[in-house]
Amino acid sequence: MEAGQPLTGIDNHLIFEISSMSILLSNITKKFGTFTALDHVSLEIPEGELVALLGPSGCGKTTLLRIIAGLEHTGEGRVLLNRKDITDQDVSHRGIGFVFQHYALFRHMTVFDNVAFGLRVKPRRSRPTETEIAKKVHALLELVQLDWLHDRFPDQLSGGQRQRIALARALAVEPSVLLLDEPFGALDASVRKDLRQWLRNLHHELNVTSIFVTHDQEEAMEVASQVVVLNHGRIEQQGSPSEIYDHPANAFVSRFIGQTNVFELDEHDSEWLQSSGLIFTAREGKVAHIRPHDIEIEKSIDNSGAAATLKDWQHLGALIRIELIKNGFNGSDATLYAEMPNDQFKRLQLNKGDKVDLRIRQAHWFH
Amino acid sequence: MNAIAPPLINIKNIEKPYRQQALQDPDWVRWSLIAIAVGFIFLFICLPLGLVIFQAFSKGIAAYWSALSQPDTLSALKLTLLTALITVPLNTVFGVSAAWAITRFDFKGKSILTTLIDLPFSVSPVISGLIFVLLFGAQGWFGGLLLEHDIKVIFAVPGIILATLFVTFPFVARQLIPLMQEMGNQEEEAALSLGAGGWKTFWAVTLPNIKWALLYGVLLCNARAMGEFGAVSVVSGHIRGVTNTLPLHVEVSYNDYDIIGAFAGASILAALAIVTLILKTALEWKQANR
Repeated sequence: MEAGQPLTGIDNHLIFEISSMSILLSNITKKFGTFTALDHVSLEIPEGELVALLGPSGCGKTTLLRIIAGLEHTGEGRVLLNRKDITDQDVSHRGIGFVFQHYALFRHMTVFDNVAFGLRVKPRRSRPTETEIAKKVHALLELVQLDWLHDRFPDQLSGGQRQRIALARALAVEPSVLLLDEPFGALDASVRKDLRQWLRNLHHELNVTSIFVTHDQEEAMEVASQVVVLNHGRIEQQGSPSEIYDHPANAFVSRFIGQTNVFELDEHDSEWLQSSGLIFTAREGKVAHIRPHDIEIEKSIDNSGAAATLKDWQHLGALIRIELIKNGFNGSDATLYAEMPNDQFKRLQLNKGDKVDLRIRQAHWFH
Repeated sequence: MNAIAPPLINIKNIEKPYRQQALQDPDWVRWSLIAIAVGFIFLFICLPLGLVIFQAFSKGIAAYWSALSQPDTLSALKLTLLTALITVPLNTVFGVSAAWAITRFDFKGKSILTTLIDLPFSVSPVISGLIFVLLFGAQGWFGGLLLEHDIKVIFAVPGIILATLFVTFPFVARQLIPLMQEMGNQEEEAALSLGAGGWKTFWAVTLPNIKWALLYGVLLCNARAMGEFGAVSVVSGHIRGVTNTLPLHVEVSYNDYDIIGAFAGASILAALAIVTLILKTALEWKQANR
């Protein structure tokens, strides 16, 4: 079976008693030597959410994840799980499932033994019997649709299979929180797409509070119910994917989430934008960020919009990305991008070099 | 045109000689290189080894046996085994902890520690022995203190063990450090996150991953512990039947024109070396075929 197919119909509630927990991070500051990886980060994650920590590399997102797991000392600040302070608790006592970017499967153990590990190292009092362990491991392997691989070794598996085994292993101890460090980072594009969907379904089914780290905004938007955007060790914005996309809190978030055209307003641009029909009354700053799909294109007939020249276009599946040139201040050219559905673009019957008029529906304003 | 035209030249026929020409040296280069290598190995390894055995048995098996069963030889063998029995486990523990410390923790002076581990390799064994004489000898730093408490280190078994410990220290650590560096510590972190304690993580995850390299290091360490001459020679005092290890016994016997005794002792050392070599090859083979 491949990832992406619907999950098997086994009743997980019989096997798993995952009690989802909320996470509260208060004022976390972490320094590595003189480098500040996290700068007074406070974050609240309600139980049952699937949260993406999103940011460029070096923004501190993995450090934050490792601090929640207890794999990294907190530095300053507190970590609370279900309102209980666990800052000084050892990683092995936190009851957290951690999935590593490069899977970190035990290479000398079979798939079965890997998944059973967390159960077998439990203290004798709470350790299940071997038959109970076997039952649970097989149920977990069925959950990740890989029970047929139970006697293989990790180096006999593909990347996507390893990732799912790593997930099954983390789930075996019934963690109250599931943490995933760039879970799809090392996979092929097509496998990644399947696994994203699969992770969403799995989360829907188990409902365990989950946090995953990614630098891919598309992945964050697609999988997560909440997105936390980090930059330079600070939280730039937290919200649902649509909130983040439609109402970016600042210029960084706007640039990082999806493509955007940036106009730093001088007189020339200001005039040009006004001619595009953009309403200026709502403006709050000097810099306008305009999403490609907020630009409408018409063949130039009466110069009723902002003037530009069509330079080129690329197919992005259902959408076409159109490269436009507009005259900038003192004669220099500026490139901007618009996006529209394929068939709409065909109807316009445009050629390279055509003069076009632009109408801009809306912009986000930043200082 | 539907049919594919047959190739003018059969590729199969030209491929092999072509490859030989492109990737291999001319025959005379190959054969002379092989001859040099084999000749060298025969002249400098097989011939001396054969000579040791030939000399040991030159007066017959009875003479060989009686040379071996002399009390001095037996006590030298015992001391050699005792030394190895003490130093190898100690250096295994030291080596694992040093490798662990260097690959798993960040601390000041880490690079100095890494260099220091190699020190016994770069220092002449004689100097290594002298260090202990200077420390624990009658005129040494702790000499007076030891004399007061009537503890003998130099010209006694403790000195031999200390010198061997020093000389064989790098073997285990040297084998483990590159491996553990390459492996990283994610598997251990995974074990910890699954609820395993530090000790359990070591036994269930770290040790199985490093066991072949560890065994290899132990084997090399053992070979050196049994064969060490220079450092031990300085601290031993060559007291027959008391502080003579097997290598020292061989030298003493040889100097006494006891050819059979010297070569009988040497044949045991050679046998130990060969056993080590076979085990080492087996380990390498096993490691490669895992």
